[in-house]
Amino acid sequence: MAAPWVSLRLVAPMWNGTRGIHRLGGAVVPEGNQKKERKMLQFLNNHFYDVEALRGYLLQREMSKVHLKNRSFTWLEEQHGPYSAGAFFILKQGGAVKFRDKEWIRPDKYGHSSPEFWNFREVPVEAVDASDCEINYEGLDNLLLLKELQSLSLQRCPHVDDWCLSRLYPLADSLQELSLAGCPRVSERGLACLHHLQNLRRLDISDLPAVSNPGLTQILVEEMLPNCQVVGVDWAEGLKLGPEEQPQDTASPVPA
Amino acid sequence: MIRRVLPHGLGRGLLTRRPGTRRGGFSLDWDGKVSEIKKKIKSILPGTPCDVLPDTSHLPPEHSDVVVVGGGVLGLSVAYWLKQLENRRGGMRVLVVERDHTYSQASTGLSVGGICQQFSLPENIQLSLFSASFLRNINEYLAVTNAPPLDLQFNPSGYLLLASEKDAAAMESNVKVQKQEGAKVCLMSPDQLRNKFPWINTEGVALASYGMENEGWFDPWCLLHGLRQKLMSMGVFFCQGEVTRFVTSSQRMMTTDDEMVTLKSIHEVHVKMDHSLEYQPVECAIVINAAGAWSAQIAALAGIGKGPPGTLQGTKLPVEPRKRYVYVWHCPQGPGLETPLVADTSGAYFRREGLGSNYLGGRSPAEVSRVGWDMLARRHRIIVMKESGFWPGSVCFVHPQVQTAWAGYYDYNTFDQNGVVGPHPLVVNMYFATGFSGHGLQQAPGVGRAVAEMILEGSFQTIDLSPFLFNRFYLGEKTQENNIM
Repeated sequence: MAAPWVSLRLVAPMWNGTRGIHRLGGAVVPEGNQKKERKMLQFLNNHFYDVEALRGYLLQREMSKVHLKNRSFTWLEEQHGPYSAGAFFILKQGGAVKFRDKEWIRPDKYGHSSPEFWNFREVPVEAVDASDCEINYEGLDNLLLLKELQSLSLQRCPHVDDWCLSRLYPLADSLQELSLAGCPRVSERGLACLHHLQNLRRLDISDLPAVSNPGLTQILVEEMLPNCQVVGVDWAEGLKLGPEEQPQDTASPVPA
Repeated sequence: MIRRVLPHGLGRGLLTRRPGTRRGGFSLDWDGKVSEIKKKIKSILPGTPCDVLPDTSHLPPEHSDVVVVGGGVLGLSVAYWLKQLENRRGGMRVLVVERDHTYSQASTGLSVGGICQQFSLPENIQLSLFSASFLRNINEYLAVTNAPPLDLQFNPSGYLLLASEKDAAAMESNVKVQKQEGAKVCLMSPDQLRNKFPWINTEGVALASYGMENEGWFDPWCLLHGLRQKLMSMGVFFCQGEVTRFVTSSQRMMTTDDEMVTLKSIHEVHVKMDHSLEYQPVECAIVINAAGAWSAQIAALAGIGKGPPGTLQGTKLPVEPRKRYVYVWHCPQGPGLETPLVADTSGAYFRREGLGSNYLGGRSPAEVSRVGWDMLARRHRIIVMKESGFWPGSVCFVHPQVQTAWAGYYDYNTFDQNGVVGPHPLVVNMYFATGFSGHGLQQAPGVGRAVAEMILEGSFQTIDLSPFLFNRFYLGEKTQENNIM
């Protein structure tokens, strides 16, 4: 009903919205134009009930779209087993799936993927690449069906937040690689509940804008997961050393 | 333009004559006339303050459908759900009366902010589960266009309850009930505890229950602010004032046992303004008592408890303020990032605060301590952790330094330490939402919805809170938590 250009302008972007994230890679909108648009929008919103109601309605519609994408596929799970149902969910979201001893399955640009994975009833899913997918807390219901997952990539997922991270503990036995790079809603509080994943060998926490102190967080996460290689920030980023002040080497002799 | 020309003309000298001066006796004071006309136009046009009537913008409206006494998280939650569940938009006028708009003594702001599902009563577990899902989807529930999304700063680190030998059986049965209701809790033996959290000294600990999901702590101010913002956008009236009087009308009715009962109904609330004798009588249909630690005062104003003891008329609301201290200390070698909120059978608890090795915790005293109605005093009590028995050996903090401390009131229910929800049997239009003894913040969304359902539908629809009605104080049926917190 509403033309696509209307939803671009009037929807209050949630966390800079999915379009905002995608826009980073694409064309760059000049800053001045964006500010003027936003100011005009705010002015209209504050002075006209119709604009406020319309914006509210469009926001609710965006949220219900995300909910629809994350519904649980329990019927599929009963029919085809947990691995195929989970794989279908990921492929529908736009991610990629790798079954054990098979190649990566990715959807093409129309969103369709080859139907061969419906035959893999007993073959567990080894790796999932859910980058840029709109998975949220409810969608993890489907992801957690993949009990023997070894590698999970949730890079730049706009709706993955601390609550979602607290839900990953059932994968503790098998998960070895996890990537959360670029997720705008993940903060150090969510990273604290990754301590359940004791088999993790590689954790990527680079470029998390919601983490208040990246260097310190990396040190604390490294302490929390001793067997894991934490890739993320250069820990010295937060330190400010003057040109004459150098980090003391304990091996060097104490000046007399 | 004429005005500018005139002085110019005057300055020129006597040669130029002002218009109209030819006819004697009519002096056209053009400047004065223009300013008078301007004043008249301004006073006729709308939008200007009229100096004739006094300013009443600080007073509450004269009529309101619902008056919520108390603007803390429980009161705001009830107001939110009333507006959310009303059948028609704008169908109800809700007024929230809060005595102190800085919330300096309100339990909400001074709370530690924890949420957990480790209770023994199924109703409490259900309330907490609903509150967790409310907080998780808070940006859908409390969305206001043009306002930035709320960041609750939720730490999903979970709760860890430690039990000694004698409490182990109770804890096991509690965990069974919790799992039945859908909470994600697991039991841990001392060995598993040592494995997972090496900084715990498991001496004396027989069993531990650990909440894996939907448990942790968050920022209560953010929730309060979000609720206030959403309520203002939904058209709820806020007033800063104190409720000093209820004007009631009574009706004598006969029960089925042929006894005469006096049913009261509040039809006016007197709201007194701060630092003045001015008050505004607000006509109302329903009053909600969400005054937290001071609920008993409000109940007494309505005549609850004025009668011979032992009767329904003489049953007071057993909610009183209990002072609880919270301390923040710094300990550089303390437990790491994965620390849950650890609580013990003795009532002591602690949790991490932030990234910088700060911890905050407190202890609920076992003995009954009365507290006066005075201001909360902030005293920095330097406690030596081991000597005073603050921490019974479970976690050893080496060289802690107390940074700061604060105190807040629990709205403590002296009867059974659980909330009072629902209408009073005799004062038919007063509804309670108070007395949660330290759990008010984590159960607020669920309780708000329950009270709104009670008012709008007449009965609890989603979570059945009948064990929390007022009648139990008269009947003597305790709804007690078989729990250590």
